[in-house]
Amino acid sequence: MFVESLVLSALLFAIGTVGVLLRRNAIVMFMCIELMLNAVNLTLVTISRYVGVEAQLFVIFVMTVAAAEAAVGLAIIISIFRHYGSADVRNFRLLRW
Amino acid sequence: MDLTQLVFYLSAGLAVVSSILMITRKNPVYSAMFLVVTLFALAAIYVLQNAHFLGALQVIVYAGAIMVLFLFVIMLLNLGHDFEPDVRGKLAWVFAGGLGLVIFAEMLTALRTIPESTAGVDVLSPWLSERGAVAGVAEPLFRNYAVAVEITGVLLLVAMVGAVVIAKRRA
Repeated sequence: MFVESLVLSALLFAIGTVGVLLRRNAIVMFMCIELMLNAVNLTLVTISRYVGVEAQLFVIFVMTVAAAEAAVGLAIIISIFRHYGSADVRNFRLLRW
Repeated sequence: MDLTQLVFYLSAGLAVVSSILMITRKNPVYSAMFLVVTLFALAAIYVLQNAHFLGALQVIVYAGAIMVLFLFVIMLLNLGHDFEPDVRGKLAWVFAGGLGLVIFAEMLTALRTIPESTAGVDVLSPWLSERGAVAGVAEPLFRNYAVAVEITGVLLLVAMVGAVVIAKRRA
């Protein structure tokens, strides 16, 4: 179950990457980023069997930072939606050439 | 194949299928619902791997709090029924799928370099059976990493104030 779990985590991370590249809706891209964070958490939980409980503590900190990141990111998306009337990332082009 | 492995493969299949459905559904609400299914399947896998406390935390924090935040914002922006189709075209499918396969292959190659799993010794189970599922996590957290816990609390406060300031409507 050790190697299978690491393979599952790699697969979920790759699916999250594909989702970020494939979607234009900022909220769905954000959900894909959450999926990638979860894949990393799964890796940490899996290796905690051999490296000890510290890996699980790291997962707790990752979850906390993910919650903070979700709150701030969704606030930014709401602010952008008010400005452009849509959550489409094609609107966010101020820094594009 | 014993029951643990059966539950593991069921949860793993559920997680993969629902995450693929998540990135392909056009409606953001469906995407959020499939993400909840993925998070629950991951919680089951955490429990199978002796991380009972993290499994509960995953259900409460991720599937509870964070997903409610996502659904609330989707509802607030009214993306549930007036959504515009946002999946990119054929070329992006090829590009994204190819890049995803490359990343997956890269990580599998990295996996081949780890030593045989039988070489490691299971240090987690004795630790947790000695102290219990919650105390085994809480004791090192509040004894050795107390400063990190305090700093994380400050980070949460900053994020909360920042989210309120950013999302506030300009008067």
